[in-house]
Amino acid sequence: MKTENMINVDILIVGAGPAGLAAAIAAKEAGINNMIVLEREDNAGGILRQCIHNGFGLHRFKEELTGPEYAQRDIDKAAEMGIDVRTGVTVLNVTEDKVVTAISREWGLQVFKAKAVVLAMGCRERPRGALAIPGTRCAGIYSAGTAQKFVNLEGFMPGRKCVILGSGDIGLIMARRMTLQGAKVLACVELMPYSSGLNRNIVQCLQDYNIPLYLSHTVVDIQGKERVTGVTVAKVDENRRPIPGSEIQFECDTLLLSVGLLPENELTIGAGVEMSNVTSGAVVDDCLQTSIPGIFACGNVLHVHDLVDHVSNESFKAGKAAADYVNGIVHTGREVPVKDGVGVRGCVPQTIKLEKGAEHAPVSVMFRSDRVYQNHYIVVKADGKAIFAQKKMICTPGEMADISLNAKALAACEEAAEIVVSIEAEKPAM
Amino acid sequence: MYDAIIIGAGVIGCAVAQQLAKYSGKIAVIDRMEDVADGASKANSGIVHAGFDAHPGTEKARLNVKGSKMYGKLAKELGVPYGQPGALVLGFSEEDRPTLENLLKQAIANEVEGCRIVERDEILKMEPNTNPDVVCALYAPTSGLVSPYEMTCALADSAAENGAEFILNNPVLEVKPTMDGNWLVITERNEYKTRAVVNCAGMGSGVIHNMISSRKVKMIARRGEYYLLDHMAEIPFTMTMFQCPTKMGKGVLVSPTTHGNTLLGPTADDIDNGYDVATTRKALDTVLEKVKLTWKNVNLRPVITTFSGIRAHEENGDFIIGEVEGAPAGAFEAVGVESPGLSAAPAIGQELGDQVAAFLKAELKTDWVKPTPVPKSFRNMTDEERQAAYEQDKEYGVLVCRCEQVTEAEIRAAIRRPVGARSIDAVKRRTRAGMGRCQGGFCSPRVLEILCEELGVSPLEITKCGGDSKLLVGTLTQIAKEARPDEN
Repeated sequence: MKTENMINVDILIVGAGPAGLAAAIAAKEAGINNMIVLEREDNAGGILRQCIHNGFGLHRFKEELTGPEYAQRDIDKAAEMGIDVRTGVTVLNVTEDKVVTAISREWGLQVFKAKAVVLAMGCRERPRGALAIPGTRCAGIYSAGTAQKFVNLEGFMPGRKCVILGSGDIGLIMARRMTLQGAKVLACVELMPYSSGLNRNIVQCLQDYNIPLYLSHTVVDIQGKERVTGVTVAKVDENRRPIPGSEIQFECDTLLLSVGLLPENELTIGAGVEMSNVTSGAVVDDCLQTSIPGIFACGNVLHVHDLVDHVSNESFKAGKAAADYVNGIVHTGREVPVKDGVGVRGCVPQTIKLEKGAEHAPVSVMFRSDRVYQNHYIVVKADGKAIFAQKKMICTPGEMADISLNAKALAACEEAAEIVVSIEAEKPAM
Repeated sequence: MYDAIIIGAGVIGCAVAQQLAKYSGKIAVIDRMEDVADGASKANSGIVHAGFDAHPGTEKARLNVKGSKMYGKLAKELGVPYGQPGALVLGFSEEDRPTLENLLKQAIANEVEGCRIVERDEILKMEPNTNPDVVCALYAPTSGLVSPYEMTCALADSAAENGAEFILNNPVLEVKPTMDGNWLVITERNEYKTRAVVNCAGMGSGVIHNMISSRKVKMIARRGEYYLLDHMAEIPFTMTMFQCPTKMGKGVLVSPTTHGNTLLGPTADDIDNGYDVATTRKALDTVLEKVKLTWKNVNLRPVITTFSGIRAHEENGDFIIGEVEGAPAGAFEAVGVESPGLSAAPAIGQELGDQVAAFLKAELKTDWVKPTPVPKSFRNMTDEERQAAYEQDKEYGVLVCRCEQVTEAEIRAAIRRPVGARSIDAVKRRTRAGMGRCQGGFCSPRVLEILCEELGVSPLEITKCGGDSKLLVGTLTQIAKEARPDEN
């Protein structure tokens, strides 16, 4: 495409889910007017549109909203602020130079040249194939989110009797949803010895409906020629290998999978952004800027969150940072890597820019624990010296942990070569 | 009354139909499944073998070499993905050298061009991810790749465009000669009278053969299981990497596909039920174990699916092609067409088609329509081509499958093809929608809607792959009422 046909924008945001909308709102508040938000679906709001249960917004709005209600607040706000949100537009490619190619029914192929790009594409569910579950490939096997879409957006039931593999939040929510709608949920089966979902969902979606949760179990076989007729579940040993003789047979017509979410980073990788093997998202600094200056990432495309409130919060920062970048406000300072220590997986950001006076404090660092810890300390060390410690009653992989490093803690890092976050049993000497 | 009925809509049946449709006459293809390519033709390695593997003098050798030489032109005419990246057969000890030299001899005897033995350094230069323990290999530059199901669909379309009727979702129960010298094909839904019958029923071909011939055959169902890796991952090998057959077994291959995915497999397990395409932990673990010999640091992180396919092996080991021996006139067959059956398909189609036409004394049509090549997929278009496609059809602007970049225009076209898609899997085979990383998680609800719009049916009628494989069991109200019949 010739350069003269390109549409110049200050900021281009890919995705109008909660992350993209929050980034747009923050950028607009920071004075950016020439901005465009591109959304591939026909409606803004992202995955929240199909999350009709409540429990969203407790942190941000101090009230309990449904997913569509939460999304609508941002959609309305963006509309009020005059933000250009275009739906039905699929971004095909983002380059290192921030040239963005998109296509839509309405406008055909369009090429944008942006000063800054915010990536907010969200995540997707891991499919059956990624787990290589043996058995037949008949109908009746859905990822929980696909089933949720059929039920909540299309008004159809994908099955009558189901087993759920994985105890991720969508799986738990769907256990309740299917039950309320008249289906029988026979079991929720989790490979790990703990659930990967929020505790409140275990209680409200399984226990309240007497749905058994089988921890340290997995599906070892799927039967059915055309439609699922049954699944075999077995207990697993400490190496997650099925234990022969422990098989339980369930007669069912549906298997729902809630076995993990993966950030959807095709565009990010295509742009040449440095990626993290741990989060499967971009490597970012504390401004949510990726390895390519002017390209930012936030929300589930960066790392899979548990609460949308955190997504919005992170994305406000990304939007503000993108606006600063466009406005020429340069964050300088020495970059210090933030590393995963014992018990910690996937610290975001992966680097912090230490500016003089640490005026951008506090800096929050988010991560997940590698297993369940009780009454442990989250400890931050700068070159081995503890600069932060916070006691946690419980740390579980299902819930995102976050800590906030204030100006004093950051000042203590000023000379450090690296910052390491770990989970420790004892409070370190400070 | 038909002039010819072909039983089986796999790659062989469709290749025969495509050739036979060049002649005058009324022909039909009948299959038990709801779509073409719904058996072995959809689940195999997709290799167009160079032809060094089959023993000289066998039908396998002759038809493999002849067929593989036809592929380049045919694939282009049909608009089907095809490539010729070459292949290596790897030897990991000096003990393997005589076997490889023997393969080279066979290659020469079968008139396969360009084969030679290559040594370790050259192998590692050609394919740097090869296990460095490799000693030597047979290099076959003419080894090719094709998308087997797209090939079959395109052959079927060409046959249908020239008048062949496709009667799908209708298992053949019996084939018998009639008193007046014709044939009767009895299916689950109907009976069809025909002058000639052509048995291309793959795994089912043995049963049909034995119904009509005094010379019995014995089919063995040999299942092969595979892993498929995402094309986003770096391609480990550009060529098809075979392992030298040893006394330990045949080994497995690692191969790119025409779409840039990587395929690992297959195993070879004889099973009782020739239609049982379930995967098993044991076989998948075997694949992984054996693949490590070729690809030491095999990375399974990009696995997007596993599947299995059945080879229709006849106990004598060769293809049985032509007029059915020990049967009345007018019966033809392609039995025992396992590997290299895909490679041989164009040759089998041509020879068997011509043979049937000769029996029927049919003339070449003057109004035969050349195949319409399948249009280039959106994913493979340049920006300019995408804009041009959009200007022709605005639905090229709507991406339905994000992983494989399949547009609404392409999905509608797949349903409207001469032998059109009727199920989610049939759309997948023709467009790749649902073949990517999310395996249809995002696009299947939309594909279902488009199928409903195009076919004018309710979402409750749409199946994954025909029969009872319906995706949805009822509306919310229906199921809630079933569960609580007393409530309003």
